[in-house]
Amino acid sequence: MIDYALNFGFICVSLALLMNLWRLTIGPTTADRILAVDTMTINAIALLVMYGIAKGTSMYFEGALLLAMFGFVSTVAYCKFILRGDIIE
Amino acid sequence: MPFIVELIISLLIVIGGLFLLIGSFGMLKLRELLPRLHAPTKATTVGVGGVLIASMLFFWVERGHFTIHELLITLFLFLTAPITANLIAKAYMLLNVDPHTDLPPSEQNEGWATFDPVGPEGYDPSEEYEEKES
Repeated sequence: MIDYALNFGFICVSLALLMNLWRLTIGPTTADRILAVDTMTINAIALLVMYGIAKGTSMYFEGALLLAMFGFVSTVAYCKFILRGDIIE
Repeated sequence: MPFIVELIISLLIVIGGLFLLIGSFGMLKLRELLPRLHAPTKATTVGVGGVLIASMLFFWVERGHFTIHELLITLFLFLTAPITANLIAKAYMLLNVDPHTDLPPSEQNEGWATFDPVGPEGYDPSEEYEEKES
């Protein structure tokens, strides 16, 4: 039963990633694109964790944790760049 | 693996996947950025949270020992989501909102922080608005 649930979850997250990609493409403002990339990171974390369950290994957990950290840092860096024209002042 | 545990894990994965889909659909459907910011928070909390709790339960039953390191990701996302949303809203306002027409006066000695990080000496935005109205 977990296999069916995982397949359903993979389909949901893949559709969600496609929607985020669409929002990233059409914009219309820069902030929309930043938000799209941030949401893509969150979806990718969920995808990695589900893949870890499907494969039965907890190796992908470290990847998900790294993705969570770097997604946050990159979003903040991009926003700071737009706000102040510089990242570390 | 007992049936009831399998049922709970499957339900958590299905709920998490649905919420991730709904969050991204909301981001595509809503009209402007500020309402749009509201949608992906569902994906962050319930979506990723459900999938991570499912993973925690799965490895607990499969390996036999209980670890909470999946909760680290949830904790980290809970801590960082408000900061991210605040910074995205500030970036949007800086680029797309005119502080003189779209925002009320700040009623302080300096303007709104996003537009005026360091207020000049003796700057009074309320005078500006009074001039505009008269």
